[in-house]
Amino acid sequence: MARLFKFGDAISTDAIIPGCYNVTTDAAALGKACFIEARPDFAGTVQQGDVIIGGRNFGCGSSREHAPMAIKAAGIQAVVARSFARIFYRNAINIGLPVIQCDAIYDAVEDGDPISIDIHSGGIDVDGKMFQGETPGPVAAAIMEAGTLIDLIKTRGWAAIEEVS
Amino acid sequence: MGTLTEEIFTRRLGREVHAGEIVVAPVDYAMAHDVTGPLAIEAFRKLGVPLWDPQRVIMVFDHILPANTVASAGLHKVVRDFADEFGVTHVFQEGICHQLMVEKGFIRPGGIVVGADSHSTTYGALGCFSAGFGSTDIAVTFATGKTWFRVPETIRINLRGALPPGIFPKDLALKVIRMLGAEGANYLAVEWGGEAVEAMSVDERLTLANLTVDFGGKAGLCEPDEHTRAYLGEAEVYDLHPIAPVYRSLIEVDAQTLEPQIACPPAIDNVQDLSAVAGTELDEVFVGSCANGRIEDLAIVAGYFKGRQVSPRTRTIVVPASKQIYMEALARGYIQTFMEAGALVMNAGCGPCLGRQHGVLGPGERALSTSNRNYAGRMGSAQAEIYLANPAVAAASALAGVITDPRGLN
Repeated sequence: MARLFKFGDAISTDAIIPGCYNVTTDAAALGKACFIEARPDFAGTVQQGDVIIGGRNFGCGSSREHAPMAIKAAGIQAVVARSFARIFYRNAINIGLPVIQCDAIYDAVEDGDPISIDIHSGGIDVDGKMFQGETPGPVAAAIMEAGTLIDLIKTRGWAAIEEVS
Repeated sequence: MGTLTEEIFTRRLGREVHAGEIVVAPVDYAMAHDVTGPLAIEAFRKLGVPLWDPQRVIMVFDHILPANTVASAGLHKVVRDFADEFGVTHVFQEGICHQLMVEKGFIRPGGIVVGADSHSTTYGALGCFSAGFGSTDIAVTFATGKTWFRVPETIRINLRGALPPGIFPKDLALKVIRMLGAEGANYLAVEWGGEAVEAMSVDERLTLANLTVDFGGKAGLCEPDEHTRAYLGEAEVYDLHPIAPVYRSLIEVDAQTLEPQIACPPAIDNVQDLSAVAGTELDEVFVGSCANGRIEDLAIVAGYFKGRQVSPRTRTIVVPASKQIYMEALARGYIQTFMEAGALVMNAGCGPCLGRQHGVLGPGERALSTSNRNYAGRMGSAQAEIYLANPAVAAASALAGVITDPRGLN
């Protein structure tokens, strides 16, 4: 059973992957350094399919795509947060890390609770308590369906986005 | 009709564009640097297509300059090899990407520019719509010359009155962040206006536009005017104004009653009047960055340092934002003043701002910086503390070794 890791408000990309650890493009190396200063036990305890629950403004700060890459490579299935910083949200969708905005879940769950998510519907089940995340906008939905932004543009070009705009 | 943002997109797309629309738009330039560039290059290569236009791709070595480890040298080599292979000639290693984008003439009023760095909002100071993106988005622009935008609604911020002595655009930006919070402009554009902005130099406006992303803004724009014309050295009158704009909200800030503002650890919106933290001991003072590393900022600091010594318990590091600024500071004698005062002067670039090269903070250390980020771990140890302030506060604090109000000094 997947578990959730609960974080606070304003989790910055510096907390997710500090500057001195993102001197690489290797996803596995980034995953090992995920939250290395802010939560040093994270990379060693996270299991494939676990979920991050964040507070407000998750992913604020730098545009470094290393941040969602590190979270994904660490094994996280999705990030659910009360709100996301714009660039982080877009980066996560672009590389195929599902991000779901949901306000109600935050105060109702504890670190370590069992969780399951239906990425497509945004439905979240935490130990029998049900929550509904916000559905992504049309462009994000198109990218998620293709896998990544690169997959979408490579197969369908800008027409894929122009037709949902 | 509309906000500056709507006007820019309307002209560019040749049809009426309104906030809330999703558009695919052509851009003037796409910029990446030594940290975001390699990921963008990897993503671009996956697309397997030619580069859109080698003359419109800008690569800057600034975050780690010169390379300080084998790993960072490897990143630089990825960028150099890409530039060689695809004929990219706008490759720079002489300062911070955002300063160079402006200095090298890539930024024009009414333009649309994207950068693989969050502080790409900086170019809005010249009336250009510019926003920060991740590497994958920039890779797609490398391939196609376009990106998609949800055209943002706008917060209009009017800065009323004149700035009193010892108060700077940094204080106004921090005051706005204090009022709106760190995500107060998330997904929105910001227009900076009012008498205080109309009176500002372009250097000063660059500080406001730069800090727009630090309260979530997608873009931070100033109307181009005679200051813009003079800065760009052009005779052209830029006919770009908001026309019957509908704003998401309108914020008024009285510049005349403002105290020096300090962003305290560990968040940009933990802002207090200087008096609340005066006397706090400092291990490091950093003057520089894309927020406040320009010649006017260095002039302020040199004014305080002339004939004085920085505190021996505080290491003071000055990093001009670009080679051009560095050379101007040399010509004006500022660099000699900094060195005689006991400061370290490093080569132009991002400097200690992002904790990846020199000037890194150890556990328990405390710094005051003229930069724009004070998250835990930003400049090194997550157990270090970072205060953000204007250049005059940085100068006075470097001299005293504690956070100091500059208004008592000449």
